[in-house]
Amino acid sequence: MSALKIQQGSSRHSAYDLRDPNAEVIETHTLAVIVDNEPGVLARVIGLFSGRGYNIESLTVAETDHEGHRSRITIVTTGTPQVIDQIKAQLGRMVPVHEVHDLTVEGAHVARELALLKVAGKGDARIEALRLAEIFRANVVDSTLESFVFEMTGAPEKIDAFAELMRPLGLVEIARTGVAALARGV
Amino acid sequence: MSQQMTGAKMVVQALKDQGVEVVFGYPGGAVLPIYDELFQQNEIRHILVRHEQGATHAAEGYARSTGKPGVVLVTSGPGATNAVTGITDALMDSIPLVVISGQVPTFMVGSDAFQEADTVGITRPCTKHNWLVKDTDRLAETLHQAFHVATTGRPGPVLVDIPKDVQFASGNYIPPQAARTEHYAPRVKGDIDAITALVELIETAERPVLYTGGGVINSGPGASQLLRELADATGIPVTSTLMGLGAYPASGKNWIGMLGMHGTYEANLVMHGCDLLINIGARFDDRITGRIADFSPGSRRAHIDIDPSSINKVIRTDIPIIGDVGHVLEDLLKIWKARGRKTDREGLAKWWAQIDEWRAVNCLAFRNSSELIKPQHALQRLEALTRDHPDRYVTTEVGQHQMWAAQFMGFDAPNRWMTSGGLGTMGYGLPASIGVQVAHPEALVINVAGEASWLMNMQEMGTAVQYRLPVKQFIINNERLGMVRQWQELLHGERYSHSWSESLPDFVKLAEAFGCKGIKCDHPDQLDDAIREMLDYPGPVIFDCLVEKHENCFPMIPSGNAHNQMILGEAETQGVIGDSGAVLV
Repeated sequence: MSALKIQQGSSRHSAYDLRDPNAEVIETHTLAVIVDNEPGVLARVIGLFSGRGYNIESLTVAETDHEGHRSRITIVTTGTPQVIDQIKAQLGRMVPVHEVHDLTVEGAHVARELALLKVAGKGDARIEALRLAEIFRANVVDSTLESFVFEMTGAPEKIDAFAELMRPLGLVEIARTGVAALARGV
Repeated sequence: MSQQMTGAKMVVQALKDQGVEVVFGYPGGAVLPIYDELFQQNEIRHILVRHEQGATHAAEGYARSTGKPGVVLVTSGPGATNAVTGITDALMDSIPLVVISGQVPTFMVGSDAFQEADTVGITRPCTKHNWLVKDTDRLAETLHQAFHVATTGRPGPVLVDIPKDVQFASGNYIPPQAARTEHYAPRVKGDIDAITALVELIETAERPVLYTGGGVINSGPGASQLLRELADATGIPVTSTLMGLGAYPASGKNWIGMLGMHGTYEANLVMHGCDLLINIGARFDDRITGRIADFSPGSRRAHIDIDPSSINKVIRTDIPIIGDVGHVLEDLLKIWKARGRKTDREGLAKWWAQIDEWRAVNCLAFRNSSELIKPQHALQRLEALTRDHPDRYVTTEVGQHQMWAAQFMGFDAPNRWMTSGGLGTMGYGLPASIGVQVAHPEALVINVAGEASWLMNMQEMGTAVQYRLPVKQFIINNERLGMVRQWQELLHGERYSHSWSESLPDFVKLAEAFGCKGIKCDHPDQLDDAIREMLDYPGPVIFDCLVEKHENCFPMIPSGNAHNQMILGEAETQGVIGDSGAVLV
């Protein structure tokens, strides 16, 4: 890895990477893995992570090319730079894996997640929840007199922030899809 | 091109088209259709083992000694689960195996049917890849892909699970050339810039070392040839892991012995003191590196490996070269020659003088006895009496005897030494020797064994007798689990918890019961004659060599220590260590 390649976790606004390459810094990386859509491929990837003690923060998978039988797995993982390199190498040598992209080092990328949040409440709390939902551009997809289900799409941090705001207002349940990510530009 | 046939027939046809001559297997309900097809042909030989683990190790021995993939055929459920140890062993040591397992019919999968197990689930982490074939039309292509994956890149075991109804049904057969395999194509040519950078370091290094491993052997005989050329032309000392013995000849002038936990004093001190470490097809296993923080502290490191995940896995590398050893060494030699065959002659001469000093320690020295057979002596005599055999193969079990065999037997050619390195599977050697002998019927095949390991798969003597395979089982019998006992003595306060056998069989009677020859020897004066008797006997032999019970295997780097913290045996007590040895613990 080039010493000048600026990574997340480094001093981003500096012209130089001031990180010590040997430092045990825990980094978060978003990987996009293109695989054959065959039985067991997800089990293989998950088995690799559990068998070798790697972390999975989030994982999404779906077929993205029906004719080519290809699926895209987006994995958000954490580890030291050495562990991240190992994860990529271990993924890359699997037979059904075609490509491994580390979106975090390959340049800017967009990462989005969909979340459904159930918020129960009455009176002012209910009104406040609805007002905040508008600010966060969350949609109401289900409503009773005592509850809302909000749908929102955004970066994981945005969903975290919204969920934190909803907590005192009656957050009951939350379902999140995990991150889908693409590199910017072409 | 395509032909209609049953799935069972396809299996046999695919094996023939892949050039398979021998299958090691054991029949059962879910593979009966395939066995029926095997019965009706004469091209493929089937070796009936006595346990499926034996089939996998035999196939490993076959593969390791021929360079061809080993093929295993087992039934569903227990057949497949029994094969798991051998499959894992092959994965750890990068041995190409194609394991074909029967499965309950597709419509019964998931119903907890008789002899049903989730074979692809169980073997997913211990194969390079595996497949459950649900459609007979996909079977032929899957089998061809299985051979491709097992033998391409870093070799390893693959498994194809075939439900019984898929074996009975008819489908289209396609030959190997028509199968899609292009997607799995690991890179074999190394990056020329990286190779050039390594050549530059070779030109100026004062204390270089070639640390070679099983990858050189897996790359084929050409790679071993190129390694010899490189070592002899540059004058760089060569050490090797357990798996790589024979790639550079033990009689070669640059050979400094095996490295690692029970490696030679000179090899480990060379690793510790070198300024350029060139790893060729090895993987910095923990038995090699000792304590990571103190591993080879003053060296630049280059690592040639076909598997990118081996690079920087354990030890940080300055020059990673991803590619096949043979291809990389060819380019390396070409570039080194083109740049004028430069080395630091003066530096190397000093380096060799230092190595010769370390060699003078004679680290493998042991105190011999005229009353008891010392295990080291037994292996020295076995080596002396078989070294000149034109066609010798040696397999081992796992433990002290394995390390002594590696220390005291010399291999001048690749593919002659079969041992379980990564997984350390007791019970490997006997079935492996059977696989080797099947591949080389006229050769001398010796399994150097410990009695405890050997008992783990001794049922395979039945296989040796049935197929008249004259394998020599040379059992170093100390009535102990020797390596466990050694660790207990040195590291667990001499508390010998369950490390001896109180009821060993009479091995000579056991041999008679199996229908082969048994020889017992318990005195050094009779040892040579007894070994000759074993060698002269035309059939399989169980040789019970009763040795000193409490001998330890030295040198030893205790787990978690650095290379220069080695325990020496007799060499130390003889007081031959000079000032340079003062650092030793």
